[in-house]
Amino acid sequence: MAEANQPGIDIRNLWKVFGPNAKAMVPLLEQGTSKAELNGRHGHVLGLKNVNITMPAGAIQVIMGLSGSGKSTLIRHINRLVDPTAGEILVGDEDVVKMGAHELREFRRHKTAMVFQKFALLPHRNVLENVVYGLQIQGVPRRRQVEAATRWVDRVGLAGFEKHYPNQLSGGMQQRLGLARALANDAPILLMDEAFSALDPLIRTDMQTVLLDIQKEIRKTIVFITHDLDEALRLGDRIAILRDGEVVQQGTSQDIVLRPADDYVKAFVKEVSRGRVVHVEAVMAPFNPEDRSLATVPRQTTLDAAANVLMQHDCEHLTVMDEAGTPVGQISLRLLLRAIVTPADDIG
Amino acid sequence: MDSFWKFPTMDADTLRLLKKNIDEGFRAFTRAYGDSIESLFNPLQSFLIWAERLLLATPWPVVIAAVAVIAWIASRSLKIVAGCVVTLLVIGWFDMWDDTMKTVSMIFVCTVLAIVIGIPIGIGMARSNRLQRIVNPVLDVMQTMPSFVYLIPVVMLLGIGRVPGVIAVVIYAVPPMIRLTNLGIRMVDRDVLEAADAFGSSSWQKLRNVQLPLALPTIMAGVNQTIMMALSMVVIASMIGVQGLGQPVLKAIANQYFTLGVFNGLAIVGIAIIFDRISQAYGSRLQKHREIVHG
Repeated sequence: MAEANQPGIDIRNLWKVFGPNAKAMVPLLEQGTSKAELNGRHGHVLGLKNVNITMPAGAIQVIMGLSGSGKSTLIRHINRLVDPTAGEILVGDEDVVKMGAHELREFRRHKTAMVFQKFALLPHRNVLENVVYGLQIQGVPRRRQVEAATRWVDRVGLAGFEKHYPNQLSGGMQQRLGLARALANDAPILLMDEAFSALDPLIRTDMQTVLLDIQKEIRKTIVFITHDLDEALRLGDRIAILRDGEVVQQGTSQDIVLRPADDYVKAFVKEVSRGRVVHVEAVMAPFNPEDRSLATVPRQTTLDAAANVLMQHDCEHLTVMDEAGTPVGQISLRLLLRAIVTPADDIG
Repeated sequence: MDSFWKFPTMDADTLRLLKKNIDEGFRAFTRAYGDSIESLFNPLQSFLIWAERLLLATPWPVVIAAVAVIAWIASRSLKIVAGCVVTLLVIGWFDMWDDTMKTVSMIFVCTVLAIVIGIPIGIGMARSNRLQRIVNPVLDVMQTMPSFVYLIPVVMLLGIGRVPGVIAVVIYAVPPMIRLTNLGIRMVDRDVLEAADAFGSSSWQKLRNVQLPLALPTIMAGVNQTIMMALSMVVIASMIGVQGLGQPVLKAIANQYFTLGVFNGLAIVGIAIIFDRISQAYGSRLQKHREIVHG
């Protein structure tokens, strides 16, 4: 597939203000008018405040925040279901904000596909006809529509249900259908708006696995919205945390867990099991050839996995290796424990 | 103190002059344009005659068989099919077959016309709040204005006959078609529409693939209402020369023939029930996908 030329998404100085005279509010906000002041004195509501995110191509970018943080508004800017008040959204080298109606329609048909929190399936169409929808809109010949749809129905595990209507499926199956419908489009960008939030915890984990498996093959640029930090850490190659329409921190899972930018992020991170997120290379000690352990782990190993290896070998410490097989550090039980346990001053 | 007990009115001469002027104006308009307007309705006239001939020229067993087949396709229920056939047989046995066929053909033409006019207007109203604000009061007037009142100008323009009858019936019967089309489209789930937008649907694709199919059950309820209202106008339409079951009823009123009135009245009820059951069964079959919920 077209791995090499997947576009990244670059959001620059994006502002969204709701209200009758939104454009005029941006300069005021740039001069430091607060959200409360904007609401009280000017009667406008701040949606997004000067958002800058660079989303790498072919990776999963998670945008996390509680309800009302503006994350659903933000994802709808990428295919312009919501129009921005000011700013740029560059996909590849096209600015979505500057597109005309026709251009925008073509962009939505060929460049993006979307999965919704409430599934938003077509209730009057059966599974196969739902999956076909995007291709039908593109004007693809019927035979190719059915071919692609059958393949994706199969891939998400709905084979045999082609003739069922959405109402006959369970929540998890409905979202598999939503995912198949989006993937059948074969668009380089996949937008997922709280796609798994409405599902039971077990089914949610299941769907995350499905998504990660599929992503290994297709390498699309995925923007994933969630309010669940565990989900964010599991899926996200990069994570941006949104609060009151403002990006408070962005980085990899490790950056977020090990170096929370403020108390808001810290409160989120408190409950996370670090052992599953943090890699040994982030906490290891320098390599000491005098004291070399024969048990080794790659540097991308999580702390949990490293602790397992340590116990199997029943030794003092492990040697951490890079991809080439050269030792780059070592890690002891003490170091592992100190990193896994939440620092005392952060508890309660 | 007089004007407290008696409502002050404009003086009688002014009022008379006003009415006279409007009447004369309309009469002049009729004389000038009556013929050309009448020729405008020629296609409708031939459609009406064609439909009536079709039903009258077809042998009765064929008509009954056709109704049975349509009832089966629409409802998939033997009970409804049997009900339709028996009703028609009874109507025929009481010697009301020809009048019934004339009425059915007119109802058919009126319904087709109401659908052709009503659905586009309903779609327009669903898309534009401004159009909705303009059309709604017009529909209110059409539904509440006594039908005799708008029969007067129609008869003045077009004379007596089938066409003015159909126009009067359609004016009365089209509002539910328009209202329910509008309502059905406006009730379509916003989330589904957003999904359609996200996939890059043009507004025509959205209408055809999402809005109309999801509004169809509501639109079918509109068709059902339109048929029922058209049937209720049959007697009034017969006053301006529309043939069918209405005319014997009219005769019965004038001459106090109790039985004649009841028989023909019951025949109207009979075909109303046939139309109603068939169109409702079809409407609920359209909603099948909504009923089966994952349990």
